[in-house]
Amino acid sequence: MNTTILRLSAQALLGRRRGVVLVLIPAVLVVLAVVVSILTDDEIGYESVANLGFTLALPLVALLAATAVLGPEVDDGSIVYLLSKPVSRHVIARSKYAVAWAATMVLGALPLLVVGLVLDASEPRQALAWGLGAAVAGTAYTALFLGLAAVTRHAVVIGLLFVLIWEGVLGTAFAGVRWAAIGGWGREVAGEISPLVPVVGTGLTYAVVAAAFVSVGSLWFTGDRLRSFTLRGDE
Amino acid sequence: MSVLTLDTASRWYGNVVAVNGISMSVRPGVTGLLGPNGAGKTTLIALMAGFLAPSAGTVTLDGEPVWRHTDAYRTIGLVPERELSFGYLTGRQFVRANAELHGLVEPGASTERALATVEMVEPAERRIGTYSKGMRQRVKLASALVHDPAVLLLDEPFNGVDPRQRLHLMTLLRQMGVEGRTVLFSSHILEEVEQVARQIEVVVSGRHAASGDFGQIRRLMTDRPVQYVVVCDDDRGLAGALIAEPSVVAVSLRRGGGVEVSVSDFGSFAVRLPVVARGHGIRILELTPTDESLESVFAYLVGG
Repeated sequence: MNTTILRLSAQALLGRRRGVVLVLIPAVLVVLAVVVSILTDDEIGYESVANLGFTLALPLVALLAATAVLGPEVDDGSIVYLLSKPVSRHVIARSKYAVAWAATMVLGALPLLVVGLVLDASEPRQALAWGLGAAVAGTAYTALFLGLAAVTRHAVVIGLLFVLIWEGVLGTAFAGVRWAAIGGWGREVAGEISPLVPVVGTGLTYAVVAAAFVSVGSLWFTGDRLRSFTLRGDE
Repeated sequence: MSVLTLDTASRWYGNVVAVNGISMSVRPGVTGLLGPNGAGKTTLIALMAGFLAPSAGTVTLDGEPVWRHTDAYRTIGLVPERELSFGYLTGRQFVRANAELHGLVEPGASTERALATVEMVEPAERRIGTYSKGMRQRVKLASALVHDPAVLLLDEPFNGVDPRQRLHLMTLLRQMGVEGRTVLFSSHILEEVEQVARQIEVVVSGRHAASGDFGQIRRLMTDRPVQYVVVCDDDRGLAGALIAEPSVVAVSLRRGGGVEVSVSDFGSFAVRLPVVARGHGIRILELTPTDESLESVFAYLVGG
């Protein structure tokens, strides 16, 4: 880990408009939870808000955070200022990941815990389950999206397609997709903590190993892509 | 003392050849990389800086390949043409971050030294986003100098810089060359290059067109035949008189009027033309060079 890159990445994340959007997403989710808890007290309200947070807000936060720490610098080539230094590319990748991961935890996973408590304060274990499940999924999402940002300037679009089409539409229609859906792995972990969270049925071990594999693999891939970063002229 | 060596280095993108079989050694002192826009200068600098893998041939720094060789950046300082997008940092924060990334023992002191070298101490507390083009250029240079590199690569460093700052940058580069650093900068302006560099490498359309002392290159460029169109009140009379001049290589009449003259020695031609015209009672109305663009100069060099 390199403290200078941590600092620069954090400034890049918070110093841009994206930082505002990043904070808005969990804020909207929490406000929604408060409104739902005031208007209704049945299970459907809880499940709807938690599901929305888990399947949409969490990956969106991870996507925005991961692409914010790397995407713009790769797009405009200014990452060359960081790369023209005797610092291991894997250290650069890990440092950028750490910042995006922290943002995903604070603005993606933690709000799910808060939402759970707001919706049903009598079931703190269920809230904790959503929070921890989100932490596991958020860890893998962030790494995957960071790898995407290192390889394409269309990372946001591809990431959105992955979340909405692959995990959303196809994940609902075809049961087999759950084996390759990060959200499903997070749910599996959450279901292990509280039986009130519905699981997808891949088993805890598979979910944890798959999430770890995607996280470590994507992170290594990001570092390797940075080693081969190519500076192209406008000519 | 470091030497950058390109040995028949080529780089292509699909069917497009950006750089074609270039061999050169960049030694201590200032070298100017001269060529028109699109000639492959940025590609060459990216190859030298380890930000592009050669498709064929090798690019080495003191015998070590630079591609995927992170430690080479202890020796290389790079000033890319790319704009700084760290507008949210102050100049000082940016240069200091560079010093820290180099793992310098005293990053603060090195930052101040580099800022002083480029005369940016005073505005260093302002955000980069508020800087003029020239100031951004100088901050980029400070960030490349902060670790006191033996090799300095600069891509079009004078672009958009006002004349006073340009002079200052030129003095700095010359000074670094005298100190024994290997400095290479690219430009598409001959006058700019010859004010700073003794050694000039000319690239045109991805090919190494010429290499040598700036005097040699300048002669190559000025001694070529130059085309002019002379508009006067007696085309045939002037054509007949000019062909007798030793400085004139060819003369032809233009359809719409005017005489096309190919001149081998412009200095003598400039002196002789009014003398010849007056001697024959011919009135010169217009004298226009037709191929003075730098591109035509470069095309001549490539053609031999």
